[in-house]
Amino acid sequence: MLPAWNEEIALPLVLAELRDAVPEIDVLVVSDGSTDRTVKVARQSGVRVLDLPINLGVGGAMRAGFKFALVNGYDSVVQCDADGQHDPRDIPRLVAAAEATEADVVIGARFAGAGAYEARGPRRWAMRLLSTVLSRLVGTRLTDTTSGFKLSGPRAVSLFAREYPAEYLGDTIESLVIAHRAGLTVRQLPVEMRPRAGGEPSHSPWRAGIFLGRAGLALAVALSRPAPRFATPDHLAPAS
Amino acid sequence: MSGYLFAVVMSVVTLLFVVHLLRRRQLREKYAGIWLVVSLAIIVLAAFPQLAIRLSDLVGVETPSNLLFASSLAVLLLVAIQLSTEISALEEETRTIAEQTAILGERLTRLEDAADGAPRPGDDEA
Repeated sequence: MLPAWNEEIALPLVLAELRDAVPEIDVLVVSDGSTDRTVKVARQSGVRVLDLPINLGVGGAMRAGFKFALVNGYDSVVQCDADGQHDPRDIPRLVAAAEATEADVVIGARFAGAGAYEARGPRRWAMRLLSTVLSRLVGTRLTDTTSGFKLSGPRAVSLFAREYPAEYLGDTIESLVIAHRAGLTVRQLPVEMRPRAGGEPSHSPWRAGIFLGRAGLALAVALSRPAPRFATPDHLAPAS
Repeated sequence: MSGYLFAVVMSVVTLLFVVHLLRRRQLREKYAGIWLVVSLAIIVLAAFPQLAIRLSDLVGVETPSNLLFASSLAVLLLVAIQLSTEISALEEETRTIAEQTAILGERLTRLEDAADGAPRPGDDEA
């Protein structure tokens, strides 16, 4: 599943790569209220497309995708950025890791030192804070909590189809907290990230400061929320 | 006295306006309630100014007008918070509808393609 917002330029390449690397899986592009030719480009390459009429944010696009997966009987979903950051050849590794560790959520995490990605200043503090807190919470070391490369197993799909926050950073931070609260296991798998097809991540300290503040707020809210109530026994039976 | 008269007239106008909106279904009852109560309260206070003085004596506020200011601020704050929560609920509803639309749209596209005999997503393209 690729959440995409105005990705007409990067999308054809990414889709072609996906077809070459993993021809056996079905690809879904969720166009998050795109105003360019994203939907057309995706349909032309023969993948399934969800065309959201309004922009809901990454979290909104994700929940729509999870609902789609549930309705159409898919039991596992791999989320992947539409800008070519993630190597589709890692998808089988994610699947294998999920099977080997019986994890419900597997995060494809930037390998420490492997990528060209460097965060500095407040942004780095924010990411470090997030990984420290979330690692302790879910009981396994997570180095890249804001990764957009994730596998969700059957239990996670039915959970996220109902409960997936559209808040800022909700798709990364809060979704992990929700998964943990519902008794799902979260693991990570080191993967290499490639440079984005277009656009540089912002390095302005002011913006990074705002990111730190909002990340902290998102984390605090997520942790203080009551545990999700939807966890029906048939979906989440083995949770201890 | 003309000041009181003005206040009474204004609150009566407010009350009538709210009722008018209600009758034209431009305002739902759950939002109108607070405004009806507020405008009735203003009418009563404007008609019997002694009431405000006695009320502020009762709660220990020196100047009656300050009691009015403080209480109107509190009412406005509560209304603003209520509206924010209502907007959040509306956004959640919009989100659900958007998801449903997209899922139905995808299904429709697929059914149309199947009916046309066009290559389906997943099949290899010609």
